[in-house]
Amino acid sequence: MYKYDKYDQAIVDARVEEFRDQAARRIAGALTEDQFKPLRLKNGLYLQLHAYMLRVAIPYGTLDSRQMRMLGHIARKYDRGYGHFTTRQNLQYNWIKLEEAADILADLASVEMHAIQTSGESIRNVSSDQYAGAAADEIADPRPWAELIRQATTFHPEFSYLPRKFKIAVTAAEEDRAAIRLHDIGLKLVRNGAGELGFEVYIGGGMGRTPFVAPLIRPFLPAEHLFSYCEAALRVWNRWARRDNIHKQRIKILVHDLGQEEFTRQVEEEWQAILPNQSDVPMVEFDRIAAYFVDPPFEAGAPDEIDRSDPDFALWVDQNVVAHKAPGYAIVNISLKPIGGIPGDASAEQIELMADLAERYSFDELRVTHAQNIVLPHVRKADLYALWQTLSENGLAEANLDLISDIIACPGLDYCSLANARSIPIAQKLSQRFGDDRQREIGELKLKISGCINACGHHHAGHIGILGVDRKGTENYQLLLGGSGAEDASLGKITGPGFDEDGIVDAVEKATQVYLDRREEGERFLDTYRRVGMEPFKEAIYG
Amino acid sequence: MDKAHILPANASGLRFRDDPVHEEPAVTLDAFLTQPNATAVRVEAGEDARRLIPHFDRLALVEVDFPRFRDGRGYSSAKILREAGYTGELRAAGDVLVDQMLFMRRVGFDSFVPNAPVDEAVLAATLARYDFVYQPAADAAVPVWKLRHG
Ligand code: SF4
Repeated sequence: MYKYDKYDQAIVDARVEEFRDQAARRIAGALTEDQFKPLRLKNGLYLQLHAYMLRVAIPYGTLDSRQMRMLGHIARKYDRGYGHFTTRQNLQYNWIKLEEAADILADLASVEMHAIQTSGESIRNVSSDQYAGAAADEIADPRPWAELIRQATTFHPEFSYLPRKFKIAVTAAEEDRAAIRLHDIGLKLVRNGAGELGFEVYIGGGMGRTPFVAPLIRPFLPAEHLFSYCEAALRVWNRWARRDNIHKQRIKILVHDLGQEEFTRQVEEEWQAILPNQSDVPMVEFDRIAAYFVDPPFEAGAPDEIDRSDPDFALWVDQNVVAHKAPGYAIVNISLKPIGGIPGDASAEQIELMADLAERYSFDELRVTHAQNIVLPHVRKADLYALWQTLSENGLAEANLDLISDIIACPGLDYCSLANARSIPIAQKLSQRFGDDRQREIGELKLKISGCINACGHHHAGHIGILGVDRKGTENYQLLLGGSGAEDASLGKITGPGFDEDGIVDAVEKATQVYLDRREEGERFLDTYRRVGMEPFKEAIYG
Repeated sequence: MDKAHILPANASGLRFRDDPVHEEPAVTLDAFLTQPNATAVRVEAGEDARRLIPHFDRLALVEVDFPRFRDGRGYSSAKILREAGYTGELRAAGDVLVDQMLFMRRVGFDSFVPNAPVDEAVLAATLARYDFVYQPAADAAVPVWKLRHG
């Protein structure tokens, strides 16, 4: 994986000192809270209901065991012993003091990490496929491109006071594991007829209060022009987006208002104007970055058989272990969704344990997934049993990847100052209701919960989505069906009137029953819903 | 890094240029485009700075307004003008705060007329803080990819 050189390190170190100075000026009263807010947000520091929350960037979800250990250390030293992995492949601490924030950043910088642009109206941490470099179905590793974007968008002087946040995702596989069409810019690495590398460029997707699946703006962008094209889109948006209504300032609204054709025309025109600036990162620099992402030294002839005699282990292998491109290796998903637990939470001890396991079994590498789980990307099949035993002993071997209890949930009203309703208790109740053999009978079902319309829990993209709303001062939950963040991206539809806390759990149960009654051979919940439509579900839920 | 001069014309202004201060007041964009003798213009956020490109030969001062410091449209206006070859004074005016001035310098602003005076010691530290940048802009800073490959 990528390693900082002296330039990267100097930039991150300077940011620590800059933030230390800004925080000191705030504490001394030289900056008003209004003036300070965008500055701290650009460094991932939110003021939440009970304390400051700090969001640490994990670029494209990749980190090594030294970095993971530092995340555990920070959880113990500055927080209450927990970290929370997020849907943007980042990590949040929920109990931070402003006075200590710069010290945390300094600790992060000591292991080549930062919190730059993890919030605020800036270009956010770029996300990618959690199986990058290990997946059998990718045409090349997308992470060197993601790192190129990370650098080029860090402290971009023209695009640091944008109309709203801006999210970029990159993939290189047929299966879309990064929800690219629900991003401001989604990039898919492809080859053209001549065998050259380039990108399909999707612009204008997003969730929030007005969700859109991004249209294809350019079917083939030569790879070497990746950044200048992003700049062109950013500039068109920065100049012409509305600035009068915070809910209408994302690029998806501009794309929608101008129409795909006119938006595309403007971006192409701007791109022609930008090209002479030579702001594209040259390919020799790409090659330098890419050299950090060569395959680890896989053992030739590593045994390919797995001893499945322990049934609990076999269950876990079937659910949480994924095919690897190298023979004798496998991709391991560590579920952070224990039945009844808080989705995405891990204790300092668990974080450190996962770091140790990565060092021992996975060439020192870990990934954070947008589904709030952890991946060990390169594990020898021969080591799976020993690994599973250690995970089991530490509450990390829940065999529920992509099942109904593998819930994505935002922090909701337990932490978030914008929330209308709690997300976590709903997730806990659902996982308890289904967390037995029933979830296996149901099979793949992606359930996603947001505590308000901002959709941090991706409820629009859930096969089943739940949205917390405020109804006359009480928490109320709307049910959505039929969303998907994958290559068959779609937005969920609301079933009808909302429910209270217990009612929503019952409603989900009824929806799954309709599926079980009506599914045909090989159909997932989503497929059955797409085939039979909303009506039978409505009848069962409200009838 | 570069050093600011106090703008004599305006007690709270800062200027990073050595040429004499332009005396003529800035007029609105529409007025500038219809008055062939005008030499200074004020561009509001949301106006298209590209309309000035045919008139660089008579243009000595462009003042870009920042109605709120969080409104970043003026950064693109400045960068577009510099990309198109404008070399005259480019002034950021309005809600312009010290913590934004580094990026403003990078996109090509070389004078500032902020609503409230800035602390010059803080400004000097801010402008000197970063030795390296990741991307080329309208200033002289060399992106690290160029440094890495000679
Ligand atoms: S969806 Fe709403 S409640 Fe949940 S984290 Fe985002 S802003 Fe907070």
